Amino acid sequence: MSFRPDHELHRRRLGRNVGLGVVLAAFVALVFGLTVVKITDGGQMQGYDHVVQPALVPQGEGQ
Amino acid sequence: MSDIRAYELDSPTTGEAGFGDFIALLKPRVMSLVVFTALVGLLVAPSPVHPFVAFASVLFISLGAGASGALNMWWDADIDAVMRRTAKRPIPAGRVAPGEALGLGLALSGISVVMLGLAANLFAAGLLAFTIFFYAVIYSMWLKRSTPQNIVIGGAAGAFPPMIGWACATGGVSIESILMFALIFMWTPPHFWSLALFMKDDYSNADVPMLTVTHGRKATRAHILVYTIALVPVALATGFTSIGGPVYLAVSAVLNAGFLVGAWAIWRRDEETAQADKYAVEKKVFRFSLYYLFLHFAALLIEAVLHANGFGGW
Repeated sequence: MSFRPDHELHRRRLGRNVGLGVVLAAFVALVFGLTVVKITDGGQMQGYDHVVQPALVPQGEGQ
Repeated sequence: MSDIRAYELDSPTTGEAGFGDFIALLKPRVMSLVVFTALVGLLVAPSPVHPFVAFASVLFISLGAGASGALNMWWDADIDAVMRRTAKRPIPAGRVAPGEALGLGLALSGISVVMLGLAANLFAAGLLAFTIFFYAVIYSMWLKRSTPQNIVIGGAAGAFPPMIGWACATGGVSIESILMFALIFMWTPPHFWSLALFMKDDYSNADVPMLTVTHGRKATRAHILVYTIALVPVALATGFTSIGGPVYLAVSAVLNAGFLVGAWAIWRRDEETAQADKYAVEKKVFRFSLYYLFLHFAALLIEAVLHANGFGGW
């Protein structure tokens, strides 16, 4: 028993699905990377507004 | 059976598109210029940016540019179909349905703006949103079909990326980013008009009021020369700011001299001479203009590297 070869349409559909999968995986990796950088680089910022919060600056600094 | 048939007829997708067709909707060649100029704008800025944030920012700026390209192709599908240069684009070729291009353009616009806001800052994101709006609505929907000055004003859309890159690093605008904007803005008209001179049938067939169609080819040649002359001080002025220096100024002087010579040659030619050599000079100036812009931004990058190592600058 042998399978018929894929129609060209199926190959194109596969390419589209694989392409979208790769793009989505890359997007997830990008967001993860950005999160790591923002957290480790954040210093005296609070994540939700990316602005230095005076309350987080240790006493004596910036005087 | 009849239900299935009706669904097929009303289907908003062609079902024919490959992954590459969706990439083509984003105008990858235009994106490559956007990536480069945005990256330079970001790297020459005085505030350091984490490399990963810089990478993500440039990616989202180029994604925004791609989104506006998809929206442009959706809107212009009718004229793309009659122009030889654009007839093989995914929508006129029937591989992608107009609704798919619209959906992709809108979705990527939203994603790119929101993600740039999260990766860099809200000012840069706002500038990107305005750029997409400017290209898709002001240029594509309004100016392109209504005035021969379409590419003069529409050129602003292509000029924003280095300004957005700069904004990603600094959170604002300064004379340096305005001059980088002005460089691309002033460069666009002579660049496109030299293309319009040798793609002569395309724009008239599509009824696009390109300067060559509305004011004639002699006037277009004069416009190329005038805009090139106006471009020179803008390009040189950048050399005297904090991002310029002797290297940039030397490169800029040579390139501007070359561009002026080319524009002068175009202005002096008449149609008969141009047709006789198949628009050799116009094609040469068009190619040169691509190098002109690339090398200006490359020189800014070299200056930034020199500055970082204690050399260059004034």
